[in-house]
Amino acid sequence: MKVGVKVLPRKEILDTQGRAVESVLHQQGQEGVNCRIGKYIELEVPGQNKEEVSAQVKKMVNNLLYNPLIETYELEFYE
Amino acid sequence: MSKKVGILRFLGTNCDQDVWRAVENVELQPEWLWYQDHFSESDYCAFVLPGGFSYGDYLRCGAMAAKMPVMKSLSEAVNKGKPVLGICNGFQILCESGLLPGALIRNHNRHFIDEWVDLDLVSANKYWAGELNECSIPIAHGEGRYYVNEDELKKMEDNGQIWWRYRHNPNGSVSNIAGVMNHKKNVAALMPHPERAMFDWMGSQNGRIFFESLLR
Repeated sequence: MKVGVKVLPRKEILDTQGRAVESVLHQQGQEGVNCRIGKYIELEVPGQNKEEVSAQVKKMVNNLLYNPLIETYELEFYE
Repeated sequence: MSKKVGILRFLGTNCDQDVWRAVENVELQPEWLWYQDHFSESDYCAFVLPGGFSYGDYLRCGAMAAKMPVMKSLSEAVNKGKPVLGICNGFQILCESGLLPGALIRNHNRHFIDEWVDLDLVSANKYWAGELNECSIPIAHGEGRYYVNEDELKKMEDNGQIWWRYRHNPNGSVSNIAGVMNHKKNVAALMPHPERAMFDWMGSQNGRIFFESLLR
């Protein structure tokens, strides 16, 4: 099963990359636009049972893929 | 007492030779510890995690090194009270492994900063640097902005876990923090590089005291 892990910097953390891109967007006339940049991790996990795969992915996310102090995450399941 | 200092090396560690020389120069015995190693803490008097770019800083700096087998042995050594020093990427690895609180994120000005900084001692660490009150040593990092939330910062301050502060904050670190310690004070880490300030010809020998103090 394919699972996407969307990781974003926490709101209270200054997102330097997002801010750099935001300032260029503003220079291009896109005033008022907010931009935040994180990362997208695509996993191919053996197994088709969504509950089991979800538990397994959460384990990986908590153990390595995100740092709860500075990031948040969301999972996306591809059917 | 053993005079052996274990120097941990991961894929992408690149300040290892400098740390080796620094340890050797204060009459201690450096020994390499490879990232796949398991070791017995009783053979060593202390451990150093040098700087560099372990795993190319992929995912988050220090994140993957923190999960390597050698860190399991290091964690046992920490539980037994052995002194550990993390420098730069070593600091990031210690934070990612949970042996130190907080995280190190991209500098607020987005630049890689390579310069000399002045540091003021906040709480002394008895193993590393001792009572050295202030020093001038180099930094070289792109992700050195120390971050903890307010509650955790307060706890750390109350418990004397802030080790060094920058006199002029170069990277946006919370509360000007350059170095911190764990709750038990046997794990200490900083972003500046004491091993790059060992002799006057390097610009200063302030860094010597960080390593010499192990012998006291």
